[in-house]
Amino acid sequence: MVISGMVTESATTTFERLELVCGVTLAPVDCAYETYGVLNADKSNAILVLHAFSGDAHAGGEGGWWSNMIGPGLAFDTDKYFVICSNVLGGCRGTTGPGSINPETGCPWAMSFPLITICDMVRLQKLLIDYLGIDRLLAVSGGSMGGMQALEWAVAYPDRVASAIPIATTARHSAQQIAFDEVGRQAIMADPDWNGGNYYGGKPPARGLAVARMVGHITYMSDDSMREKFGRRRRAPDQFEVESYLTYRGYKFVDRFDANSYIYITNAMDDFDLTQRGALPTLFERAATRFLLISFSSDWLYPPYQALEIVSALRSRNADVAYCNLEARYGHDSFLVEVEQQTELVRGFLASTYREVASGA
Amino acid sequence: MREVYGRRDFAIIGELIEPKTRVLDLGCGEGELLAWLKDHKQVDGRGVEFTGTRVQKAIARGVSVYQGDLESAVSDYPAQAFDYVILSQTLQETRDPLLVLRGMLRVGKRAIVAFPNFGHYSVRLSTLRSGRAPKTGLFPYDWWDSPNIHFFTVLDFEALAKKEHWRVERRIFLAGQRQVTWLPNLMAEIAVFLVSAS
Repeated sequence: MVISGMVTESATTTFERLELVCGVTLAPVDCAYETYGVLNADKSNAILVLHAFSGDAHAGGEGGWWSNMIGPGLAFDTDKYFVICSNVLGGCRGTTGPGSINPETGCPWAMSFPLITICDMVRLQKLLIDYLGIDRLLAVSGGSMGGMQALEWAVAYPDRVASAIPIATTARHSAQQIAFDEVGRQAIMADPDWNGGNYYGGKPPARGLAVARMVGHITYMSDDSMREKFGRRRRAPDQFEVESYLTYRGYKFVDRFDANSYIYITNAMDDFDLTQRGALPTLFERAATRFLLISFSSDWLYPPYQALEIVSALRSRNADVAYCNLEARYGHDSFLVEVEQQTELVRGFLASTYREVASGA
Repeated sequence: MREVYGRRDFAIIGELIEPKTRVLDLGCGEGELLAWLKDHKQVDGRGVEFTGTRVQKAIARGVSVYQGDLESAVSDYPAQAFDYVILSQTLQETRDPLLVLRGMLRVGKRAIVAFPNFGHYSVRLSTLRSGRAPKTGLFPYDWWDSPNIHFFTVLDFEALAKKEHWRVERRIFLAGQRQVTWLPNLMAEIAVFLVSAS
């Protein structure tokens, strides 16, 4: 199908089984994905785009979470590249997650869903890439949790990725990041409607999930961007603009997101720690992958020092790494909304990687 | 790499660099030299640049540039990771030039250092005439807003190389558009040294 000037496919495929890090095997596993653009004859132009915590497979085209980055002439130029995005394992937008039916019981998994990790998400993505017949991805890229997956790809399957573009991300969550996630989880679990995770077919824990999302939104913005967007303006005599905005975003989130997915995915992010598997420089030892890391000056949730930790490790291996801390005002959200400079970097980096891949370097 | 004589810089540095080598350019600006070396000498290049807007341009150009300050940057790379480490027109601005030079020769087999020669006759005349800190085409700043914090000459560099037991493999001296062969400490505006640890 051609949508917004690019060939677009949307599908769900089912894999027989997926072995998880925790030892449990999920069988079968659904994976929802979309693709944009056309895979070239030698399958060398495929880019896997990885979504952040609350994203889904709908990355490009109208309403896509990265529609300003994916499309004809954009950073991920669909006239040149074949872009793939799938919903993560544990998600609630077509891929198997806690809201899916456990084939053994015929009921939703809910909190009996096995513990999942970023590594498991990437294992599922690798099944998808194998299924699509792609040997080596031109690039893996994503922001925030998407960046963690990009790093995981480079560490787990270095031969399968020519380049990685982790944006506004980290090799491990800090105490502050874990703390915010925990506030979100506690808000959900404090809602009586959560009912130990068993709310499917009934009333979801809307209040808890909305509060969790409100906290999340605060961490995605910056003091500057909030001042600019809301200031102390009031929507009503007894309501600040910012209150109304957060409430709106919180309750809108409830319509499209599952509270148990919130718990499982934030746990996976908190658990992620590349350094636990070895010193970062050693982990990247096998990587022939080129790297472009981007951080944002006003991102206090994933501060630039976290990107620098990765960059230093890569440089100590003399890996091919480019890094820029972009001046941006929108905090962590910058990778989604302030994409002009980011586009310039990604476009140039991809073009040179593509040239190198084509020349067989 | 800051351009001294535009594209001519590339030719000079290009002359010193063997094809298909690994090159680190400290203070690489917008990555023009690295891009040129990649195209003309097929080098595997990396750059370090402090200014964000320049880093952006360099990455957009397809050059692998890291945003950071060069003094700490040289300490991160493994020993002998590069065949050449380039430092152009920046040594006089570093806080600890000797540390930088030693770092360059640790991570690289050879260092290419280009610097403005404080011994040039125009600098000497300027100070003699005015009795004040020199202000010339080469050193255009007032003393209170100059980025240059170390002033040294061709002879100074030679003396340091001797003291540190570096081998000076090539010397290129420039004034305006031409090469200088006669009395370089007096006549050269820019000196380019190719040195290695002996």
